[in-house]
Amino acid sequence: MSTTTHETTIEAVADVPAIRIVREFDASPEKVFRAHVEPELVKQWLGPRGLTMTIDRWDAQTGGTYRYVHRDDDGEYRFYGSFHEVRPHERIVQTFTFEGFPDGVALETMTFTDLGDGRTRIVGSSTFETFEGRDSALASGMEIGVNEGFEQLDELLARS
Amino acid sequence: MEDRLNRVFSALADPIRRDMVARLAADDATVNELAEPYDVSLQAVSKHLKVLEDAGLVSRSRQAQRRPVHLEAKVFDLMTAWIERYRRQAEERYRRLDALLAAMDDSTDGTRSPDQERGAS
Repeated sequence: MSTTTHETTIEAVADVPAIRIVREFDASPEKVFRAHVEPELVKQWLGPRGLTMTIDRWDAQTGGTYRYVHRDDDGEYRFYGSFHEVRPHERIVQTFTFEGFPDGVALETMTFTDLGDGRTRIVGSSTFETFEGRDSALASGMEIGVNEGFEQLDELLARS
Repeated sequence: MEDRLNRVFSALADPIRRDMVARLAADDATVNELAEPYDVSLQAVSKHLKVLEDAGLVSRSRQAQRRPVHLEAKVFDLMTAWIERYRRQAEERYRRLDALLAAMDDSTDGTRSPDQERGAS
């Protein structure tokens, strides 16, 4: 077994309207960071499977902005925000708004920790203004087949 | 529904209440049984229970003398299911990121797609 599988852990923080996600990767912080800031890489993994992700803007530097669209047969879902801070290989702080809820905004921080041996842990937190906003974000996940494509991915991982 | 969920989340914002819910997940318990491990008054425990009841997380039997507290699994399951679905979607994305990272060589390009065969369904 050359491939390790790292399951995502998630926590809906109880006393503040936040969601925290922790995940480890078999790649250096530099690589994982690049996959978060370079639009050509971002669009290969960020969008839900079965949806087309189109990036209108992705200026991942401190003070930059982003905007992207997910399309499926039912319509379009647009998201936008600002990059408050982009600290190479260490930290990304951004705002996040789903245009379907224009009054809602989340503050998202992502930290990249070097675990050594070419491994990286990311800790992402999304903090919402209200519990209602957090709960609707949790509840409104688009229905997608979670097992879709897992076999292909496992193959890909096993080959590398 | 949203309002009810807000109550659920705030009911679970307190560590003692979270602990009570975890214990009730195993079995029903009386107020006295529930209060035992905590260094707080029985009144304080009753107050915590009231918050859990108002959020629809627990109910208390009206007939039995002991009035055992019962966890309403349905509300709890709904929330857990949402969080789990959200987690799975994140995991699905991150598995694609795993594949992408594996396909990225250490050269400067890094834009080679790991799944060029992907159809735009």
